Amino acid sequence: MLSKRIIPCLDCDLAVPSGRVVKGIEFKQIRYAGIPWELAKKYYEEGADEIVFLDITASHERRETMIHVIEKTSENVFVPLTVGGGIRNIEDARKVFNAGADKVAINTAAIENPQLINDIAKHFGSQACVVAIDAKRRFIASKDAVKDKITVKTPEGFCWFECSIYGGRKFVGMDAIKWAIEAEERGAGEILLTSMDRDGTTYGYDIPLTKAIAEKLSIPVIASGGCGNPEHMYEVFKETQASAALAASIFHYGTYSIIDVKKYLAKKGIEVRL
Amino acid sequence: MGNLRSVYNAIKFLGGEPILVSSPDELNDGKIIIPGVGAFGDGMKNFTQFVPKISEAISSGAPVLGICLGLHMLFEKSEESPDVRGIGAIKGEIIKIRTKLKLPHMGWNFLNVQKKSCPLFKGIGEGYAYFVHSYHAWPKVDVVAATTDYGEKVTAAIWDENIFGTQFHPEKSGAYGLKILKNFMRL
Repeated sequence: MLSKRIIPCLDCDLAVPSGRVVKGIEFKQIRYAGIPWELAKKYYEEGADEIVFLDITASHERRETMIHVIEKTSENVFVPLTVGGGIRNIEDARKVFNAGADKVAINTAAIENPQLINDIAKHFGSQACVVAIDAKRRFIASKDAVKDKITVKTPEGFCWFECSIYGGRKFVGMDAIKWAIEAEERGAGEILLTSMDRDGTTYGYDIPLTKAIAEKLSIPVIASGGCGNPEHMYEVFKETQASAALAASIFHYGTYSIIDVKKYLAKKGIEVRL
Repeated sequence: MGNLRSVYNAIKFLGGEPILVSSPDELNDGKIIIPGVGAFGDGMKNFTQFVPKISEAISSGAPVLGICLGLHMLFEKSEESPDVRGIGAIKGEIIKIRTKLKLPHMGWNFLNVQKKSCPLFKGIGEGYAYFVHSYHAWPKVDVVAATTDYGEKVTAAIWDENIFGTQFHPEKSGAYGLKILKNFMRL
């Protein structure tokens, strides 16, 4: 059977010549962690099942820098490579694939033009099309307090989840759960699901969010946002149907190595690739 | 596709000298790798011009490795594109995976090596490999070298003398996959 995947995520700021990996805290403050392809190689050698690059500069003139980062990375990294951030159309996607990426992650462009999901799936296959969703809890007084939204019970009360675009800077009133279902119908091969409430906090994944989406979809869901230790990964695999767990800071700052995390999960009975 | 570049990078990383060819005339007498991601019909359409030369190379004993769609194209035909003929170097066809689980079968799955003597697995045993596919090989002859479990037994690798095929992507299967490619390069 398929093993659960452990995926380090590298948020890349390409405003410097070779690019650098950074880590935001709740989508705002930023710390620096290293050169993208060097970190990617390190994670690959430690047993990462996949590498995710997110271009957080997202300014168009930096696209060539991202291409360079992907090319350099794919010379030494022999696991699947997913690239997201600033991919607006088929041509952007093609460049990223030609440079050595296996999958593209799209968020803003998919919400503004959902047909892009169908197009990428048609041209490059569903397996190459990851829809990234940044979801934020919107608390409500009771289960039925809002119409047209899918509500979820959390330990903190009832809420629905709103999608955000432009790296967490803009909200358009979209229901994240409904959007995930639509993305699958349009041909997305995977959902990269980030909790904006948890991202950068190290409080653990948003379990009610991940559970709600993973149980409604048959495509894999990658849980993201909030991982602070290996127990959080165990929790998300035990409590939800997530296929993969993504983390950034716990790996970047050497708190845990990927192999530590995998050994821990294996001991707890989660099937991982060791 | 990205796959072509990944295979190229992996061979180079392992100390080989890969050459990307876009016409059959560029094929030399070296080993041949047929990569591929995508549908059988489209793949064969682009590949038709290579078929005579590849068939010749196979007959002359040159080692050939088909990866994913490349493995599929070594067979006679595929359910994915019933009107299109494959290379036909291996008797049998490519069929959709009969599983209740979600397709494509995508991710890391464990290989059960069926033919321990297969040179691809020499000295490395069993391990996890990376798969992305909905169809798999259904040979009429005894060529299945490895399988994996995805609700049903899925053909993961085939071997018939100098003809090799992997359903998984060795170029994306970490150190384990690189060892398989290295074994092919050593032939």
